[in-house]
Amino acid sequence: MSSRLHAEDLTLSYEQRIVAEGLDVRIPDESFTVIVGPNACGKSTLLKALARLLKPRQGTVFLDGRAISQYSAKQVAHRLGMLPQTPIAPNGITVGDLVARGRYPHQSLLQQWSREDESIVAEAMRLTEVLELSNRFVAELSGGQRQRVWLAMVLAQQTPILLLDEPTTFLDIAHQIEVLDLCADLHEQGRTLVAVLHDLNLACRYADHLIAMKAGTIVAQGHPAEVVTAELVREVFGMDCRVIDDPETGTPLVVPAGRVARRKALTTVRTG
Amino acid sequence: MSSTASRTLRIGRASTRVDVRAVVLVTALLLLTLGIATLSLTSGDFPVPVADVIRSLTGRGDTGTDFIVLTLRLPRVLCALLVGAALGVSGAIFQSLTRNPLGSPDFIGLTMGATTGALVVILLRAGDSGEVAVGALVGCTLTALAMYLLAYRRGAQGFRLILIGVGIGAMLDAFNSFLITRARLDEAVAAQRWQVGSLNGRGWEDVRPVGAALLVLLPIALVYARRLTMLTLGDEAATALGVPVERSRFALFAVSVGLAAVATAAAGPISFVALAAPQLARRLTGTAGSGLLAAAVTGGFLLIAGDWAAQRVMPGNNLPVGVATGAVGGVYLCWLLVHEWRRKA
Repeated sequence: MSSRLHAEDLTLSYEQRIVAEGLDVRIPDESFTVIVGPNACGKSTLLKALARLLKPRQGTVFLDGRAISQYSAKQVAHRLGMLPQTPIAPNGITVGDLVARGRYPHQSLLQQWSREDESIVAEAMRLTEVLELSNRFVAELSGGQRQRVWLAMVLAQQTPILLLDEPTTFLDIAHQIEVLDLCADLHEQGRTLVAVLHDLNLACRYADHLIAMKAGTIVAQGHPAEVVTAELVREVFGMDCRVIDDPETGTPLVVPAGRVARRKALTTVRTG
Repeated sequence: MSSTASRTLRIGRASTRVDVRAVVLVTALLLLTLGIATLSLTSGDFPVPVADVIRSLTGRGDTGTDFIVLTLRLPRVLCALLVGAALGVSGAIFQSLTRNPLGSPDFIGLTMGATTGALVVILLRAGDSGEVAVGALVGCTLTALAMYLLAYRRGAQGFRLILIGVGIGAMLDAFNSFLITRARLDEAVAAQRWQVGSLNGRGWEDVRPVGAALLVLLPIALVYARRLTMLTLGDEAATALGVPVERSRFALFAVSVGLAAVATAAAGPISFVALAAPQLARRLTGTAGSGLLAAAVTGGFLLIAGDWAAQRVMPGNNLPVGVATGAVGGVYLCWLLVHEWRRKA
């Protein structure tokens, strides 16, 4: 399996606190990779390291065969786009202006707004269905609309690889599906997507490559149908469950065990 | 594509986007500024007709008019314009870097640092105005350096810069008061006069350093303006979009400090221009960009209008311009903010 983006022996830390150690990750080309795991397991941290937003304490992230730290900021931004978890919309910015900022890595002092920029921004807004919001202020949009606007901005960057840090947080179920459908469309067009998601069932539905993390280590990697089992869920999340086929898509569906059953399992563990 | 009034300008392969409303308003402000500059050159204790002013400016005037126009009035007008522009740009950069409308040099300790430098020269060395200016320059730069180093923790982020700046400012303010209490009466008066900020008696020797600094720093600021705009998206998004965040922030910080320092060295700590000019410019032009040019023009306008008003409202009193900018700018900013909140509510 070829991989333009991979990492070897990563140790990640904030200041002195080590979050993850000895991570080896390969993002398969043209995959829709989803990173899952309990809160504070280091999944967002890993994503940040892959996007060189966080310098690893040890180990190297490779992009197209070279250490990512050897590229200039703009060179990376030509290959790899990243939507942070809580991006900041500047005061008083319109949707059109925000999406246009995605073109920054392709512009220069003299060439600030080419015809190409204009058509690519329009296309990104059409894909995400925010074209009609163009003159609205970002601050007055709903959460779902805002997320689509940010996606449009990252799309306008036109990178073959897209990293998304919890793109569905704060969205209701319908808007979550809407955003993930959009991601699936982008994936079908040949982009490599890496997303951190909270919802294991949605991850199974959309991902074709799953990375499960726990306490700063990678527990399993592979196709969701192969790696998601009741044992894995118990190991990663510490929760008993059944894994059945999603009646809609046939992908794994995690059904948490009932309260009584879980209590019983607990007593068995204690007494047995 | 963006706001409805935006037009794309293309010359060959070069291209840029301009906001029509911003261009119109900035041009109007420039014309207004020119009008007030003309008023300042023609009116006063010895009125000089416009025709004579033009004759003097083009080197065909008589000695008396030349003295009034070229030696007394023109340096003061230029000083007002340049200092105002420098403060406007400095404030605009700081407010964008810190993503905070209160993040202007007069709020976060830089001006206090300049004052400390100036006071040390006035009180301990009894230096002349040139030495005082150097003292202010050094004080401002050292304060900025301390701020940056103390705020630096995996990058000097905006919020930390403000907090550290406010803390340093409070300390320096206390130190400044201490210096004045130790001074003789005549020194204390000189120190007090410097602290208000004034354009009284400014000559060519004050214009030159500000002009030179603007000539160097303004182009750098304009080149970095696009990065500044990107930095307002937050460090992570800006990095992801290909901006070398820390390097750009340091360069912009340095440019902004340089502008604030030379402006303060030339005219003393003139209050409110750096704070209000970028805010006024942004609300007038209605754009979300960094608007450095608009802030420069607004700053120049505020200061020359303030100085003209200070000289005319209380003639003979030599009211320092700092008092006028504080009063006029404050009232106008309050009005704008209240107006904006009402409209939103």
